[in-house]
Amino acid sequence: MAAQSTIEQPERTAPAGATASATRRPGGAGAGLLRFARNTWRPAAVLAAILVVWWLVTAADLVKPYLVPSPGTTLDVVLAQPGYFAHHTWITTYETVLGFAIAIVVGVLSAVVMVYSPTVEKSLYPLLLFAQVIPKIAIAPLFIVWLGFGLSPKVVVAVLMAFFPIVISTVTGMKSIDPEMLQLSATMGAGPAQTFRKIRFPAALPHLFAGLKVAATMAVTGAVVGEFVGANEGLGYVILQANGNLDTPTLFAGLIIMSLLGVLLFVVVELLEYLVLPWQASRRTDATTTTL
Amino acid sequence: MTVGNTTTQRSADATATGAAVEIDQVAVRFRTKKKDVTALRDVSVRIEPGEFVAIVGASGCGKSTLLKLVSGLLRPSSGQVRLHGEDVRGPRRDIGYVFQRAALLDWRTARRNILLQAEMRGMPRAQARQRVDELIAMTGLTGFEDAYPNELSGGMQQRVALCRALLHRPPVLLMDEPFGALDALTREQMNVELRRIWRETGTTVLLVTHSIAEAVYLANRVIVMTPRPGTVAEVIDVDLPVERDYGQTMSAPEFARATGRIRDLLGATTTAE
Repeated sequence: MAAQSTIEQPERTAPAGATASATRRPGGAGAGLLRFARNTWRPAAVLAAILVVWWLVTAADLVKPYLVPSPGTTLDVVLAQPGYFAHHTWITTYETVLGFAIAIVVGVLSAVVMVYSPTVEKSLYPLLLFAQVIPKIAIAPLFIVWLGFGLSPKVVVAVLMAFFPIVISTVTGMKSIDPEMLQLSATMGAGPAQTFRKIRFPAALPHLFAGLKVAATMAVTGAVVGEFVGANEGLGYVILQANGNLDTPTLFAGLIIMSLLGVLLFVVVELLEYLVLPWQASRRTDATTTTL
Repeated sequence: MTVGNTTTQRSADATATGAAVEIDQVAVRFRTKKKDVTALRDVSVRIEPGEFVAIVGASGCGKSTLLKLVSGLLRPSSGQVRLHGEDVRGPRRDIGYVFQRAALLDWRTARRNILLQAEMRGMPRAQARQRVDELIAMTGLTGFEDAYPNELSGGMQQRVALCRALLHRPPVLLMDEPFGALDALTREQMNVELRRIWRETGTTVLLVTHSIAEAVYLANRVIVMTPRPGTVAEVIDVDLPVERDYGQTMSAPEFARATGRIRDLLGATTTAE
């Protein structure tokens, strides 16, 4: 990413409507990260406020400690057996990330096929919707029957959950391209592969990332749903066990770690977006500053 | 410069080579669900190399269709289109195309948007870079090379699109209402610059426009088209000096004559309906 320096200077000949460009912000990855940090402090503050309220509620004895444990107790549970939590978190993370990755590959590929072949799109799209409408929790037991108690049924459920938003967003993205841009590409003598690589795919990226953010959180849900149905490890298993023993501190700890996992994955995707699409990020900031 | 043939609708067997663009008895028919639409009928135009020809006419008279025919993006239902004596059968690479919307890639800076043309054509990198520098200087984009499209005004975006269309030194430049989305003042400035750029490059230009003043100021000949089904109503020779100062041209008697005639033609054809 080149650092721009000569942008502020007005052009040499009669400027025809050059004014809009006078306030150019520095672009690039570094500025993207900075902007990212600037955007994160607000939600962090809200989160801190929620923690304070939680602590106040438990400290003032408003509810029974066995119903809602205090933040301190919850933290103690995790610190008492760090190995236990680390292991189960790792299992769920593994299932989630693997499912998410498979969903990206399969989702993007099917989207590409659907965009280039209307026949495939017409036959596959309704089926996709059908598959999406079935509650995953209802078919998860079937995967346990088919694939056993190992990792695979959880990964499959995670893939199923994450797949749909990725396909939809990629198809939308690739269709959003200006038809004139494609005609222009034809007059440049570009083949279909070149047009895809240089025009269609990059044009779909902003949409794809929107889908990926939804899919990231879905993947976590998918993995945990898989664990709920039948597992002997993973955060879903931890929660079920704690629930059976009325061990609310462990239950809370499991829930919080699970949410953190989802948020973390989401943030990673968002960070990636800032790095891959600095132009997109800059446009979005422009939009927010004008609406504020 | 202009080979003064006011009667462009000459006989179809004019196989005379040397013309940059030859449109010969072309008709275009579209089939929609309800009915068949004739967009163009019986259009014959001959454009010499280095000419600047403007096409004016009411909306929907097939002006843009005419450009698509020349570029090979669309095939005529009947008749022939020739570019430098060659039959146009598919999308042509030896043209430059500028649309009303700049159609720039949001994720590329101005310079890299221009370079897209070179990448798609597989031009040598060093040569392409040098050419981009030339064009940026020529179109007054200096200082904006590294700006993204959303940071550029409409006029600047259209300059980038023009650079991209000129990168490979196309013998024929097709422009489809390139300044239609610009404000009046910017548009005038762009007209002056386009006239200068045309004279510097010597490219044959086919410009579709809604503005009669723009057509007469820029072109050597103006093709006036009838409403749908579109055909050539008349070709107006613009007898203005090569050196055209904008203000002086606007008040020149010849400018008034040409614009008046075109206005009459367009008005007459619409009231005749």
